[in-house]
Amino acid sequence: MIDFSLLIFYGFSLVLLAAGVGVITARNPVHAALFLVLAFFSGSGIWMMLEAEFLSIALVLVYVGAVMVLFLFVVMMLNIDLDRLREGFWKHLPLGAGVAVLMVVEMILVVTSRQFSALGREGSAPAGVGISNTRELGLVLYTDYVYPFELAAVILLVAIVAAIALTLRRRKDSRHLDPSTQIKAQARDRIRIVSMRAEKDH
Amino acid sequence: MTFATPNLVPAYPEIFLLVALGAILLFDLFVAETSRFLTYAYTQLALLATAGFLVLGATGSVLTTFNGMFIDDPMARTLKLVGVVAVALTLAYSRAYNQQRGLYRGEFYALILFALLGIMVMISANHFLTLYLGLELLSLSLCALIALQRDSARATEAAMKYFVLAALASGLLLYGMSMLYGATGSLNLGLVANAISSGAADPAILVFGLVFVVAGLAFKLGVVPFHMWVPDVYEGSPTAVTLFVSTAPKVAAFAFFMRMLGGALSPMVADWQSMLVIVAMLSMLVGNVTAIAQTNIKRMLAYSTISHMGFLLLGILSGSVGGFAAAMFYVVAYVLMSLGGFGLILLLSRDGFEADQLEDLKGLNKRSPWYAFMMLLIMISMAGVPVSVGFFAKLAVLSAVLDAGMTWLVVYAVLMSLIGAFYYLRVIKIMYMDEPLQTEPLVAETDHRILMVLNAMAILLLGVLPQPLFDLCTISITHSFHG
Repeated sequence: MIDFSLLIFYGFSLVLLAAGVGVITARNPVHAALFLVLAFFSGSGIWMMLEAEFLSIALVLVYVGAVMVLFLFVVMMLNIDLDRLREGFWKHLPLGAGVAVLMVVEMILVVTSRQFSALGREGSAPAGVGISNTRELGLVLYTDYVYPFELAAVILLVAIVAAIALTLRRRKDSRHLDPSTQIKAQARDRIRIVSMRAEKDH
Repeated sequence: MTFATPNLVPAYPEIFLLVALGAILLFDLFVAETSRFLTYAYTQLALLATAGFLVLGATGSVLTTFNGMFIDDPMARTLKLVGVVAVALTLAYSRAYNQQRGLYRGEFYALILFALLGIMVMISANHFLTLYLGLELLSLSLCALIALQRDSARATEAAMKYFVLAALASGLLLYGMSMLYGATGSLNLGLVANAISSGAADPAILVFGLVFVVAGLAFKLGVVPFHMWVPDVYEGSPTAVTLFVSTAPKVAAFAFFMRMLGGALSPMVADWQSMLVIVAMLSMLVGNVTAIAQTNIKRMLAYSTISHMGFLLLGILSGSVGGFAAAMFYVVAYVLMSLGGFGLILLLSRDGFEADQLEDLKGLNKRSPWYAFMMLLIMISMAGVPVSVGFFAKLAVLSAVLDAGMTWLVVYAVLMSLIGAFYYLRVIKIMYMDEPLQTEPLVAETDHRILMVLNAMAILLLGVLPQPLFDLCTISITHSFHG
């Protein structure tokens, strides 16, 4: 049984890593975005195995369902010039690769450290029957973590204010319809009947 | 499940500011374009009331609330007050400038107050989550403020750079925090410090996390080698926003360093001390040397900021209560000088003309001896010449480093400030010895002129009598950090 779940874990992890590599190597930005969707799916699978079902479903709903769809729309609409994006890739590769290798070595040292490897051997205890991840999160979110929760709400308010301040503009030259003036319009606003003397042709 | 309502009293200033902010957002909708002064006056009143809450609610003791996520101590009260005063002066200095450049809008005031709220949250944070959320609140508001002049390509570019680098820095910081959480099992700053000093956490993970945290913080403070965004953002933003970026957020960054390194990671002082030594030395070198080559005064002041932040780190890295107090004095002095410097640039600029080139200052003495004298005071203070607050700030920081036993670092810092004195003195030479290029009369609002004089006088006065402010910093720090 344990071996079977281990197998699923390795399956998800392999797909996740492959998709991650795909995101940065895909030549077509749409493919890159789709690889990212795959990466999110595998990640949510791993979360599901950790019994974090709320986070897992939220990841699929929010990131795959909303954020990535929006992202794909933007990618399709902007028609990004790939050659310009790739400019300087080779020039910066040595430095970037150097930093990356350093990071990998450090991370291996950290993961194999005494404390974390002990954690890996013991594993995490399964949650008891009847404990709902969503319910537990909800209980602390509105009590113990109410202050950060409110702050997150304020940040969303900043996002709204900033988005409106930066994008809403009334262009004078744009042609737009104003429904309320259309409804208010009367026949006499549209046609003016002018009485004229009849004229003969010749 | 029972839920005890948290004690809201220590957080009254923040709560009031948020309520006033919401009211301003609504109020501004009903204000006509021509009477925008009402929004401005309302904002200043809100700031005054927030300051009132801060002063009247001060208890002099350390209180935590919201399940230990919010901390109210003397250092928080003092720093928040400095932040509120800096924002009030920023708004007063930038009113005329904003009117001439289409920035005189309700959103400008709302976003600045949002940023101030973020600053206050960071100053009072006692938990990794609140530190991070305060930081994001500040960064996002700043980003929107920089881009607010949306038809200016330079401002948009600066905002983009700031946004990308701020996101990167937040990523580094969060990664470091997650490592610290993994090693200590807590997000609460006090509990993290306990876990580290008890020796239960693995040092390898802690140092790994610390490197990322210091890198993220260095980005936010704008010190070498994470300083690239500073000059571009300072130059590209509207001067009113530059004035804001260079003042109150520095107070928040100082508080962040104190909470993180002086609080949670204080048992690891030997590890972060050596990192900060490198960062501070590089900042003083790059900041001072590069500033010499600048012809744009906003860019020059940006590099000068980098070197000042290097000096600020000297105080923090000495790791003692005396060093923390000296660093706090330094940040207050720096805010005062920066307000003066950019305030004067705003004073000299007018409709359609940014006084942001060094040659715009040529012969200022012949056009207005009084303005030139104020700029002289600000420049000698930034250079650290005696009888100015800048001198005393540098002296306090350096004596703290000397107490920590790093004589060579003191010698290095003095040499670097000698290099720095060159470009400050060049500004004075340009003002007093060169012939003016322009003859247009200098016009300015009365309130701006009066506040400017008070600001310059404060620089001089605190240079002669620094003791009260220094005592305030020492008391704030000793009552907040017992170590």
